[in-house]
Amino acid sequence: MKHSKLALTLIAAAIGVIGCGEEKKPEPPKVEAPKPPPPPPSIEIKIGSVAPLTGGIAHLGKDNENGVRLAVDEANAAKIKIDGKDAKFVMMGEDDQADPKVGTTVAQKLVDAKVAGVVGHLNSGTSIPASSIYNGAGIPVISGSATNPKLTEQGFKVQFRVVGRDDQQGPAIASYLATNAKPRVVAVIDDATAYGEGLANEVEKTLTAAKIKVLPREKGTDKTTDWKAVLTKLKGKRPDAIFYGGMDATGGPLMKQGRELGIKAVFAFGDGACTDEMSKLAGDAAEGLLCSQAGIPVKAASQKFLDAYKKAFNVDPILYAPFTYDAANMLIDAMKRADSADPAKYLPELAKLSFTGATGKIEFDDKGDRKDAEMTIFTMKGGKIEPIAIIKGGNSMTVDEYLKMAAPAVPAEAPKPAAEPARDEAKK
Amino acid sequence: MDIFIQQLINGVTLGSVYAVVALGYTMVYGIIQLINFAHGEVVMIGAMVAFSVITALAPGGWPPLMVVAAGTIVAIPVCMAIGYGLERIAYRPLRNAPRLAPLISAIGMSIILQHLALLVWSRNFIAFPQIIKSEPYHIGGAIITNVQIAIIATSVAMMAGLALMVYRTRLGTAMRATAQNPQVAGLMGVDINRIIAVTFLIAAALAAVAGVMVGSYYGIAHYQMGSLLGLKAFSAAVLGGIGNLPGAMLGGVLLGVVEALGAGYIGDFTNNWFGSNYQDVFAFIVLIAVLVFRPTGLLGERVGDRT
Repeated sequence: MKHSKLALTLIAAAIGVIGCGEEKKPEPPKVEAPKPPPPPPSIEIKIGSVAPLTGGIAHLGKDNENGVRLAVDEANAAKIKIDGKDAKFVMMGEDDQADPKVGTTVAQKLVDAKVAGVVGHLNSGTSIPASSIYNGAGIPVISGSATNPKLTEQGFKVQFRVVGRDDQQGPAIASYLATNAKPRVVAVIDDATAYGEGLANEVEKTLTAAKIKVLPREKGTDKTTDWKAVLTKLKGKRPDAIFYGGMDATGGPLMKQGRELGIKAVFAFGDGACTDEMSKLAGDAAEGLLCSQAGIPVKAASQKFLDAYKKAFNVDPILYAPFTYDAANMLIDAMKRADSADPAKYLPELAKLSFTGATGKIEFDDKGDRKDAEMTIFTMKGGKIEPIAIIKGGNSMTVDEYLKMAAPAVPAEAPKPAAEPARDEAKK
Repeated sequence: MDIFIQQLINGVTLGSVYAVVALGYTMVYGIIQLINFAHGEVVMIGAMVAFSVITALAPGGWPPLMVVAAGTIVAIPVCMAIGYGLERIAYRPLRNAPRLAPLISAIGMSIILQHLALLVWSRNFIAFPQIIKSEPYHIGGAIITNVQIAIIATSVAMMAGLALMVYRTRLGTAMRATAQNPQVAGLMGVDINRIIAVTFLIAAALAAVAGVMVGSYYGIAHYQMGSLLGLKAFSAAVLGGIGNLPGAMLGGVLLGVVEALGAGYIGDFTNNWFGSNYQDVFAFIVLIAVLVFRPTGLLGERVGDRT
């Protein structure tokens, strides 16, 4: 009895030792590329991708991650050489559960794993606290979907984003609403997240500036499914339009219950609730919804990207995948130009990069925001959201007009021929 | 005034769902002094199973009411099996253990069930097929939909049926005897294990129906939907006096109404200092206030007289 116990303990200990040894060995040499002694024929470059993969917006998170994965897979297939070695890109996909606390933990995990760059996070609420961690470690991070202005207002040199900001998106949907729906009274609701509240604030500002009466703000949470009480209260104030800053999982029930209560107002939403999912969540009630997305519609992304995505994952991209795809490609492109995966070396290249990707031409301004970011207004028609207007630099135009205008601006020089095929797709 | 009536309708609908779920908590607590924290998860599974059945049958062209009924009929035995399994696996072996042990195993089971649902139905919000068109009826300027009427009517029917069973049948008598003193009830020839198992089965059946109601009311289901709902229903049970059946019904409806009115009027009362997102806070302030003055809950008499 005693012997067998001792033996077991020894075996367990041995396994433990072996296990530890195995785990630790490959870690350090992976990233510290320029180390001469064991001259590795290839270097492994880790690119982090952070998005919520569990919880209410996991479908959007997966979409974001797929965008990164596609870019990484393509880069590997292209057999890129960096610093004279074969570069092997590895995506480290992390789940931040859309929770700011988890977001910082995950960010630290990526920093500790010595990633060369990060694409993420999906939410503004997780991106902002995480950004200081990346900044401390000097690791470039590009968000493909966080739209809260604060993210790039912190003066962090490593923080970029390839989508527009709420203070561009909010005014866009608000001015579209003001000129097309001509409401006298508008109710504004948000989900009390950094994203929802920030967007709602911008909408309110623009509406107030346009001399439209805005009712006192109503709030829910990012888990609220029962909006009846709030909507009933609003119904008594007879708004002509209701704007909601929040995601589709909460926005769907909101719109459905609003129509059930006999509210006839126009419903307008931000990009978080600007998905086809809305028609499933709200049923027929979703018809006529107005919503905005930072950037261009998924449909208007380059055909090459759309085909490659469909082929790789057997689904269509939902929302931000073209942006995270571009973000990952920009990291890789900057590394290629700097001929180094060392963040300190390729960061200056990234900041001045002029890149044409799936979402058109991308250049960063001093803050790390995308220059001249477009906003798109959609409406729900027959269960699908359809782009009805693209707003660029304060001007509203239809999608066809935009594509006509954008076409000559996109030369075929860059790694990806962008807008040419996209135009045909969008016209269908 | 029409706004007030509308808020009342909202509150009563929500409250009757709370009441049905609260009954599950209170029955189990009444009989074995266990707070079955996994009960909210049983509600969630009920909604999910019904979702799967309804989605499968929806294109078949059956009348919508029959499809929903079929979903409910499948959900009930599934939830009953889970309820029975919970009792058998997680609670019965711990029946004579210190109070904390079954409490922890209940929390554990709740997490396990959530993740089981995550595996089966994915992590996404699931859109409940909206096959029953919601028809509005106007009452004094307020609107009540056919779905709301169905929810309230079903809840009342189930509560009445449960009350009849507990107070008028042999099984009910045995349940009440077990609740009062399991040892003595056992000596009188009551099969305690069977009675406790039956209690779990009934609670789970109620939970299944509640799940279908919540799912079709909001048109949405999610693997985490059970936790907040469970917490609210548990609070409702405590508010009414845990272990007391009429108390759970009263507590549930009251909590729903307080929540709706709180969300509707808190902003006006506090000059928009507090927004409607404080509706949960408002509901729980009422709960705390009631418990401070009546620690046994509104109708609770008997709590704490036994160790």
